[in-house]
Amino acid sequence: MEHTQSAEVLEPVHHDSSTSVIWQTFWILLAITVGEVGLAFLHLEYGFMPRMFLNGIFIILTLFKAFYIVARFMHLGSEIRNLIMTVLMPLLLFVWFIIAFLYEGHSWKNLRKDLAPGTKVEAPKVPNAEHEPHH
Amino acid sequence: MDTAVTAKKKWWAGGYSPFNVNYGKLMMWYFLISDAFTFGALLISYGTIRFSSTSWPDPNEVFRSFPGMGHANLPLMFVSLMTFILIMSSVTMVLAVHAGHHRDKKAVAKWMIFTIIGGIAFLSCQAWEWTHLYHEGAWWGRNPFVNVDGTAATTNFTNFFFTITGFHGLHVTSGVIINIIILINVLKGTYEHRGHYEMVEKVGLYWHFVDLVWVFVFTCFYLL
Repeated sequence: MEHTQSAEVLEPVHHDSSTSVIWQTFWILLAITVGEVGLAFLHLEYGFMPRMFLNGIFIILTLFKAFYIVARFMHLGSEIRNLIMTVLMPLLLFVWFIIAFLYEGHSWKNLRKDLAPGTKVEAPKVPNAEHEPHH
Repeated sequence: MDTAVTAKKKWWAGGYSPFNVNYGKLMMWYFLISDAFTFGALLISYGTIRFSSTSWPDPNEVFRSFPGMGHANLPLMFVSLMTFILIMSSVTMVLAVHAGHHRDKKAVAKWMIFTIIGGIAFLSCQAWEWTHLYHEGAWWGRNPFVNVDGTAATTNFTNFFFTITGFHGLHVTSGVIINIIILINVLKGTYEHRGHYEMVEKVGLYWHFVDLVWVFVFTCFYLL
């Protein structure tokens, strides 16, 4: 086991001797989380900002936190480009994944609303029905 | 090794590890990608069902309790504390990795112990929250909470909540167990003997990933 480990030739990685970056990242993560909770409270108490707008901000702040955890704590930001791309490119599938499935869910909601018991059904319009040629 | 030509180095021409990491660390990354898709699938299915529902329970109504505070209305407070604990344990983990780079056995052991304590604290919080919700009548297949618009809610809300936080809690549990194993190895001097503390980095990656997932769970269940 140790044999295979030492057999690989790796570039020497420079390790920063101070922990300032770690603590800086911690404060950023803490500040973003406090900011999120603060916004949520402002919305609860005073109805600050429309819900949709607020949700957008929450998602953006979450992605910021994710970036800092992955880049700094997981050290991906300091790895070589090959590795960064190998890890991040497959995650692009999530773009399709999220759009397709949430769109599907939304369309189901519309079906549910339209087909709910008691919903008024408009008579389907069939324009030019009488001019249809008979076979 | 010629570090001056790093930018033009032919990484794939042989002689070098193309990713400049050891096999074990690379495989940990690949595992984490697959795990990211597992959690992604769970959270996206939750989102899909939520989008397909005409109404949904208000998280601020459901998650408003704090241990020892009785019926006080404190939305978000407890989950913020849980988030803080997990971020803090992520910091102690990265400090353990940092100490490992400097071959400081004592410091590695110290930060690993703090990380394990943080993990156990998080799990205890989650156990309290689950117990509390259970006593309020919530469980898989049971949902006592009503929708925002006052209509009766389906059990989708509780099913997804317990499944996803449960799956995450399972990851935290296994993370704590792995951390304990690594701590024992550190104390035994296994990595000192090996000459490097890379195993601490590998479990560190896993631990940070668990923190990363929680960031998304926190947003999806408690904020949105």
